[in-house]
Amino acid sequence: MKKEIPLLIVFVSGLFMAVQFFVPHASSEFIYEFVMEWSIIIGIFALALGIWSLVRVSVNKIRRRSENWPYAIVILAGLAAMMVFALAWGGLESYMFRSFFNYVMIPLHATMFSLLAFFIASAAFRAFRARTALATVLLISALVLMLRFNPYLGPLGGPEAGLAQWVLNVPNLAAKRAIIIGIGLGMVATSLKVILGIERTYMGSD
Amino acid sequence: MNFFERLSKLDRRWVYLILAGVVVITVLMKFSTPIRINPEVRAIYDFVESRKAGSYLHLAVDYDPGSQAEMHPMTYAIMEQALAKDIKIIMTALSPNGPGMAEQAMLNIMDSVRLHTGKEVVYGRDICFLGYKPYPGIVILSMGQNYRISFPSDYYNTPTDSLPMMQGIVNYSNVDGIVLITGTSGVDYWIAYANGRYNAPLAVGLTGVMAADYYPYLKSGQIFGLMGGMLGAAEYETLAGRPARAMEAMRVQVWAHMVIIIFILVGNIGFLASRRRGGAR
Repeated sequence: MKKEIPLLIVFVSGLFMAVQFFVPHASSEFIYEFVMEWSIIIGIFALALGIWSLVRVSVNKIRRRSENWPYAIVILAGLAAMMVFALAWGGLESYMFRSFFNYVMIPLHATMFSLLAFFIASAAFRAFRARTALATVLLISALVLMLRFNPYLGPLGGPEAGLAQWVLNVPNLAAKRAIIIGIGLGMVATSLKVILGIERTYMGSD
Repeated sequence: MNFFERLSKLDRRWVYLILAGVVVITVLMKFSTPIRINPEVRAIYDFVESRKAGSYLHLAVDYDPGSQAEMHPMTYAIMEQALAKDIKIIMTALSPNGPGMAEQAMLNIMDSVRLHTGKEVVYGRDICFLGYKPYPGIVILSMGQNYRISFPSDYYNTPTDSLPMMQGIVNYSNVDGIVLITGTSGVDYWIAYANGRYNAPLAVGLTGVMAADYYPYLKSGQIFGLMGGMLGAAEYETLAGRPARAMEAMRVQVWAHMVIIIFILVGNIGFLASRRRGGAR
């Protein structure tokens, strides 16, 4: 029963969600909305689990004095501060909550993201070489697109822009569509395997 | 080591230094950058422009502070245009740090519209922010049934039904269209569910690196418009006749890209020349 009940729940839920799509009846819609409310509630509990896991990992790291353990203190302090500001000190509109987000979180994220520009420049310089025929095709495509997006180098509306548009609309489109269709078929196959109980790794077994 | 070998093995610190120099110089110098309008950006602008006063636009602000440099200008430009035309905006944020971004944009735009036009944008009447819920796929599906399933109350805990502008608004069929500004792969859920399942007209604003991936959806008609990165935002600002944040940043981005192109060319010249010399020997 330890295996059969979860398999039955998955089978019934999966089958219902698949069939419901084709049944526009009010009762079907009602159950569908009910299921979605439940999904959101379960999702919120998963967030709580995530917070618990983060706290446990961080506390263990501090207790064991693992590598970089002082950062775990910063994580816990940040988590506690934002929770206190949001829950007990004026809520989401409080000066402190907004200030921490605007003057700590945003600059930190922006700094991390800005550094990417330097890594991309360095990586493009060192790795973007015409070593093989395929690498040369990639290099030329990239240059054509970069020229298209550069108003000084790409004549506005000129033949380069047409070439760039062709790269986007023909080879790029064909390759992406093939990938998207492949992923879609893979998702259908995996979903069927889960619904029919062939794929059971979500239960922790092989 | 000959000149070409040196060229192709230039220390990365030189790359960083030159790029930093170009960024600093272009930030300090004031000059404008020519912008060519692409049809996929014009489609979004025309869509908003053709709405009548009192129409509804769902603006999904699904990005984090890391991509705000590219995303915020799009959000600001669309909000300014919509509010100037008295279009009502329903905002949501389905990425974890999105609520802060959405609220910041909303408060700034409400202030700037009041300052520049003297028009009072009233929360709950002209604009509302429903907030954040986890698991974007489920939330997008639920909003297609009823906004109240995921958002019985707004970001400030006001019951959604008590917001005047939400009276009679049930789901996507009551809004004229959805504009999604995102730096995450959550865009796939919006395309599959909001457009695919509920036929909601959808346009997207994406980071520059994501844009090429979503052209297939533009061609298939699943999205009716696409703004890619800072350039997309600058095109939108140009169309709106209000050059602002994106136009300022384009100056820096364009020259930084030029430096990267030059580095790629220099690296390849060095690589090919040193390979030819190696072959000749």
